[in-house]
Amino acid sequence: MSKKTFVIVSLLVLASMLLTACGAKAPDCTDPLGCVTVAKGEPVHLSYAMVISGPDATLGIDSRNGAEIAIDDKGGKILGHDIKFDGEDDGCSAEGGQAAGTKLAADPSIVAVIGTSCSSALRVAMPLWSKAGFTVISASNTAPDLTLAGNENQHPGYLRTAHSDSVQGAAAAQFAWDKGIKKAATIHDGSIYAEQLQKVFAEEFKKLGGEITAQEAVAPDQTDMSGVLTSIATGAPELIYHPIFIQAGTQLILQARQTPGLENVLQMGADGMFSPDVMEGGGDAVEGVFVSSPDTSKFGPDYAAKFLPAYQAKFGSAPLSIFHAHAYDALNLLYACVEKVALGDKEGGDIVIGRQAMRDCMYATKDFTGLTGNLTCTPTGDCADPKIAVYEYHVGQYPPEKVWP
Amino acid sequence: MLKRWRQRVTFSDIVVWAIGIAIGIAVVYGTIVTWRRADYTAEQWINLTLDGLKLGGIYSLIALGYTLVYGILRMINFAHSEVFMSGPFTAVFLAKYLDSIGFYNSHPLISLILVTLLSAAVSITVALLLERIAYRRLRYAPRLVPLITAIGASFFLQYTFRGMYGNDPETYPTLDILKGTWTIGSIAIPKTDLVVIVSAFVLMLILYTIVQTTKTGKAMRSVSEDKEAAALMGINVDRIIVFTFSLGGASAGIAGILYALIFQQVHFYMGFIPGLKAFTAAVLGGIGNVVGAWLGGTLLGLIESLGPNLFLSGLGIPAANQLKDGIAFAILVFILIFRPTGLLGERVSKTKA
Repeated sequence: MSKKTFVIVSLLVLASMLLTACGAKAPDCTDPLGCVTVAKGEPVHLSYAMVISGPDATLGIDSRNGAEIAIDDKGGKILGHDIKFDGEDDGCSAEGGQAAGTKLAADPSIVAVIGTSCSSALRVAMPLWSKAGFTVISASNTAPDLTLAGNENQHPGYLRTAHSDSVQGAAAAQFAWDKGIKKAATIHDGSIYAEQLQKVFAEEFKKLGGEITAQEAVAPDQTDMSGVLTSIATGAPELIYHPIFIQAGTQLILQARQTPGLENVLQMGADGMFSPDVMEGGGDAVEGVFVSSPDTSKFGPDYAAKFLPAYQAKFGSAPLSIFHAHAYDALNLLYACVEKVALGDKEGGDIVIGRQAMRDCMYATKDFTGLTGNLTCTPTGDCADPKIAVYEYHVGQYPPEKVWP
Repeated sequence: MLKRWRQRVTFSDIVVWAIGIAIGIAVVYGTIVTWRRADYTAEQWINLTLDGLKLGGIYSLIALGYTLVYGILRMINFAHSEVFMSGPFTAVFLAKYLDSIGFYNSHPLISLILVTLLSAAVSITVALLLERIAYRRLRYAPRLVPLITAIGASFFLQYTFRGMYGNDPETYPTLDILKGTWTIGSIAIPKTDLVVIVSAFVLMLILYTIVQTTKTGKAMRSVSEDKEAAALMGINVDRIIVFTFSLGGASAGIAGILYALIFQQVHFYMGFIPGLKAFTAAVLGGIGNVVGAWLGGTLLGLIESLGPNLFLSGLGIPAANQLKDGIAFAILVFILIFRPTGLLGERVSKTKA
């Protein structure tokens, strides 16, 4: 390069730098994790990672619907910018979490992620997102260790509006004990969610004075359950607790009724099996099956008055699963924090969102009035106001009937 | 003699045998421990055995499709699992309709026959379309080409059916006459189990008779032995191949209804695991061999349902039942290592096409 061209190029570079500096009204970024700069006319990018295909799709689609209603309630805008809401399928599995995690982590325009649907997916995706500086808030991860301080699976930037299963498992054990059950067996499917939930249940049930006759496991896509059920029948339990997902769960419901020695056993699942698909998949056998789940009757008044009609109007059906209100709250928490921490022209001009500031704001949430209750976040990200109820399925009746407490 | 033997045996042979012997010892040891612990009553063992037989019957019927096609075309029709899925996933809508008008339980036998006929018809159609569109042009292509086509066709069919009937599982209505048990001696056998075991066995017998004694069956076997010679003898090879695919399709469609009688749920992905198991069964019995398909399927079903409780739990493995698929595929691996031609040996033409 000759001297002359070098001078010209340098001048051009300098001039362009000056021009950019003049153009940007947004303040400099001083955030230790970096910032997301949203120029005038550009959208604020929020993403989801939820299970939207396969046998557990209702769980994720329902949550996504809840989040979309929250966006509609804000008129689709935040600080004068459009909200861009797109995402990936988490597949309700570690593999799906890996794919969705990698894909989203590579997009620096994302301010926050709502997701995942399943704890197994989060466990692999969260290290990537945490490193990318995202704020992640899940509406349906319930595995206890995700928010347990000093645990390798608890990462900075993670929060959830769903209850931890240390609450749900204890509630299920209490329900079983109140029902006069002395002997119970558990089945999990190797997923983090089910494995930890049945562990909490077993521990709490033993503390209450009950006996756990077996802690078995099946594969998530297993269809033939006769072996595992025969093995469980040897302990003659009065209740089988199987907090797994719909596909294997409905097969267990169907086949336990046909296993000698288990014809009259009570069965109980958890929130992963709160879905009309259970009615469809289980046929007549769903009669009398219990599931523990968030208590929608304890939700705020807006849930029945505004949210449910909005859901019906937008999606033409009653909620598909149980974590829609949690997703609605999750989006509103994010919304409040973006409004609070964004610097710059808040009337639709250039804004800068600090990633660490965003996280700090989320963890500092206190007494936020959401649909699911009064939300206060702990330093490790538990924001839920958990109220667990037990429901009983009856043939031809959805949602199931609340029977406890 | 000993010297020659020593020259022939390689180091890897010894390693493989050592693994085989170790597994054999583990299985025997686990079985003894379980027997001595006596966790299960005799009735429970009988029920597990019946369960194995009914799964085995279904595997055999599906395996027949793999075996017949392999025998004639020397290709593994990996889309056969979708042939199996398409029938019951379509017929479920007929069953539900019949149930909604009350016909299903008032005329159970007619309903079952109608549903089975529809299922078999759909499966045959899918199998024939596969043959005509995907495989016929590739009959003289290198072996890898139809194999990859089959995998592609399998995905195509899965997602076509997903597009047509949706993502969610559908459930067959319960038949009241199949509820409950029959008591034979002191053992209560679930009615469904007995119906499935008996019908699968009878079907296998019929199919075996077709292949062994009818004129078309004879032609089929001669095509599988030598296509060119068969053609020279005046056998219409195309027609025989079409017949083979329909036979495989029919048995898969009926197997699908038997499967639906047991598990009730059907969905677009339901063929994958049973398909793989049936393929394992076909290899276990000796691919290309009809009796082998029956033997392999039955053995696989039995090992799968008895194995976890019989020897895995005896070895102290926790939650052994989630490993039942593991057992099935471990068998596939060991069959391929120790006896690649299967228990009864392959029966296929020496030259491809």
